[in-house]
Amino acid sequence: MENNVVIRVCMGPAGIAAGGRDVLERFREALASAGLDASVKEHCSSHQVGCLGLCARDVLVEVHTDGQKHTYQYVKPDMVERIVTEHIAGGKPVSEWLVDDSFDAFYEKQVKVVLSHCGVLDPEDIDDYIASGGYEAIGRILKKCLPEMVIDEIKASGLRGRGGAGFPTGLKWELAREAAGDRKYMICNADEGDPGAFMDRAVIEGNPHAVIEGMMIGAFSIGASKGYVYIRAEYPLAVERLKLAIAQARKKGLLGKAILGTKFSFDIEIKLGAGAFVCGEETALIASIEGERGMPRSKPPFPVNRGLWQCPTVINNVETLANIPYIMRKGASWFASYGTEKSRGTKVFALTGKIRNTGLIEVPMGITLREILYDIGGGTESGKEIKAVQTGGPSGGCIPASMFDLHVDYESLAKVGSIVGSGGMIVLDEDDCMVNMARYFIQFTQAESCGKCVPCRVGTKRVLEILDRITQGRGRPDDIAKLERLCKGIKSTSLCGLGQTAPNPVLSTLKYFREEYEAHIIDKKCPARVCKALLTYWILEETCTGCGACRRACPAEAISGEKKKPHRIDPEKCIRCGMCYEVCKFSSVERE
Amino acid sequence: MVQITIDGKKIDVPEGITILEAARRNGIYIPTLCFHPRLTYFGGCRLCIVEVKGFLRPVTACTTTVNKDMEVNTSTAELEELRKLILELILSDHPHDCMLCEKAGACTLQELAYTYGVDGFQFAGERRRYSKRDGNPFIERDLEKCILCGRCVKVCREIQGVEAIDFGYRGFKAKICTNFEEDLDCEFCGQCVQVCPTGALTGKLWARKGRQMSLREVETVCPYCGTGCNITVHVNRNEIAKVTAREDSWNEGWLCVKGRFGYRFANSPERLTVPLIRKVPRGEGAPEKVEDLFREATWEEALDLVASRLLEIKEAHGPDSIAGLSSARCTNEENYLFQKFIRAVVGTNNVDHCARL
Repeated sequence: MENNVVIRVCMGPAGIAAGGRDVLERFREALASAGLDASVKEHCSSHQVGCLGLCARDVLVEVHTDGQKHTYQYVKPDMVERIVTEHIAGGKPVSEWLVDDSFDAFYEKQVKVVLSHCGVLDPEDIDDYIASGGYEAIGRILKKCLPEMVIDEIKASGLRGRGGAGFPTGLKWELAREAAGDRKYMICNADEGDPGAFMDRAVIEGNPHAVIEGMMIGAFSIGASKGYVYIRAEYPLAVERLKLAIAQARKKGLLGKAILGTKFSFDIEIKLGAGAFVCGEETALIASIEGERGMPRSKPPFPVNRGLWQCPTVINNVETLANIPYIMRKGASWFASYGTEKSRGTKVFALTGKIRNTGLIEVPMGITLREILYDIGGGTESGKEIKAVQTGGPSGGCIPASMFDLHVDYESLAKVGSIVGSGGMIVLDEDDCMVNMARYFIQFTQAESCGKCVPCRVGTKRVLEILDRITQGRGRPDDIAKLERLCKGIKSTSLCGLGQTAPNPVLSTLKYFREEYEAHIIDKKCPARVCKALLTYWILEETCTGCGACRRACPAEAISGEKKKPHRIDPEKCIRCGMCYEVCKFSSVERE
Repeated sequence: MVQITIDGKKIDVPEGITILEAARRNGIYIPTLCFHPRLTYFGGCRLCIVEVKGFLRPVTACTTTVNKDMEVNTSTAELEELRKLILELILSDHPHDCMLCEKAGACTLQELAYTYGVDGFQFAGERRRYSKRDGNPFIERDLEKCILCGRCVKVCREIQGVEAIDFGYRGFKAKICTNFEEDLDCEFCGQCVQVCPTGALTGKLWARKGRQMSLREVETVCPYCGTGCNITVHVNRNEIAKVTAREDSWNEGWLCVKGRFGYRFANSPERLTVPLIRKVPRGEGAPEKVEDLFREATWEEALDLVASRLLEIKEAHGPDSIAGLSSARCTNEENYLFQKFIRAVVGTNNVDHCARL
């Protein structure tokens, strides 16, 4: 144990949220105080790494001693001292805090390409990245390759845009290379805004140099000498690490003029997004960089022909770019060996919702939803059935449990009315109301519509109003027909991707969960018991002990009854908050 | 030139123009609201959607340029249904008060609603309500009628170079506003009023002076400066109701604040309509009442007086004792005649023009 004791504390977004900073600090303190015993002090290092993936069990801490790795889960600051004394100093791992077998199952079906170094490298140290083979690809390309050769390699890899639309990356680069113009731009889209999505954030926070190297390779291929990373200001840590990475790369001569002694010059500027979801749309993103209001522009012309300041521009998503160095390092055929015929490689998903193992996963394209949800995700925590999974965030759709053998790739998901999208995956169980879920996403897209085009600005508002009244028990018989007409119209006439995909959550739930809509509208019932206005609460006289807990908890004074006699709820006064249901120890409160 | 097919008709059009331009040049109608021929493309109203073979979804004719062998359909049952839906959506968030609206009869939105038989009640819901009125003296901004076509924003920026207004807020609450939503404080050129396709922007002076049906249009030249913009004066019962400019005039429909809103002098009771001759000689102090200082005269009498006085001065002190100063509000021809008169008739080179000062 004298040799190389390494402690890795997960400092991904969820790791930090779970108290990672305190844990890390406590480790440093504990090691320092234990450092009075000189043998430990000399050989221990603790450093922060990016996301380890299984956010549900954060803070995750890996302890490497003598080539052996032990992973602790749910680490709290007060657990650190015991780990240091018993495990690091004493050589005996604290077995009850170690991860169990299910932890390994989480990783078993995953294939790490983009995330292969997330959670392993120190994102704030360029030498760590270089030691792992980083910047080797760009070095070789600059010395030995023509841009066309790189484009051919990327085309052969079958890599498609990971931002959601799935446009072939090699083809995009080729179009930009062939486009007329002296000045060209390479833009990295890091304006990740889907609710529940944190893939790009994890990549930048965990391995920023891979994104920079990817941009360099792209810039070399299309003939750009200037690049932008458009990143949302709400990701301060990602911004900070990216800034640091760019500064380190400049210092090493990897960014700037005449890189590595070649004629290739390239530098990167960071542009902070001001919080508009629509700026993730590429033409709005361009407008925003130009200093304009982030409003999308009509396509064609496409950015590869007329983009930033009317110059040919390639915009690639963070994950797409982070794939590039690995493809160039290990070869197109290696990358293409993963995935399906049309969707090659792997995809990172943010697994959230009613699932045991929430977290960041990377899987080969073509894996089935069932494998993701049950083998990796471990099913629901509560043991309830998974009802559906929502992929692609506000632009995506809901896929019902009956379709869980579906392969996760661009074409298959599109066929059932959803999208791969940027990679959000929200798991829903029987306690989730599909109408309410659709309403939530429409509310989001409506609030984030830029207001430029009519169908998106007014159309989504009308959809929201209809969904509002359905969930409030005021649905009308023709509302489903109206929703369908509106949604189809919005989809085919909106200006940009935001509007064109905004109706997907509604259309897909209408397709697969129509009976839930009908239950709300006709029977005035919410099958998932989510929509408050449609619930009624009553007390079962047979089991009510008259303890009065519900009466005291009721904020509307709707419950009455004498001590030790059955109570009753006045439906007129009841505000359906559910407090009585929560507090009753005898399961005497019923609701429907 | 490239050959394209619109609605089954093969036509030759110049390369690089849009589908909309190609259609209009060939007499094919495509409805628009946000499109304006002198402003950059916007593509926001979505009414000009057309089907192009090879494209998955409809594209806007105003933003898509023609390609060789392009096949375009401008009117299919599906397109018309989509256009109807868009109009229904616009009107669902529009005050139904055409009977009071300044723009009635000259409103593109009203015309389209009529053509498509749409009232906007199908998707009736929340309407934007703005209680605050803009306190500026010239431009009435009724934002509840605004359809966010962006024409005003673009004309202010691209033609006038002022940038007094822009889009603000998001989603349903998106609106056109000034910095910090203060009252409009700009040049008040009114170009935004000129290009607004609805009643959202009108002239404050126009209010209840007469609408399209009751107005007689008189083509004339703006009297304010030598630029000579063509204007259309809209007259109702011998009173100027408003001034506009036509897009096919040499000034392309653009005017400044003076030409557009500075017309009230024409019907002012204080305006001089006959020559006046001074009753009391200079240096003897001015009486209190104007009637005691001047008397009304005929043009013959007034011009004779001026001619005789000029002659007297010229004979007594020589022609160089006289100077002429002309006005920028005169036409080029009038200014030419004036300098000719001073040089050839009076006999001096002392002639200048206020615009040179």
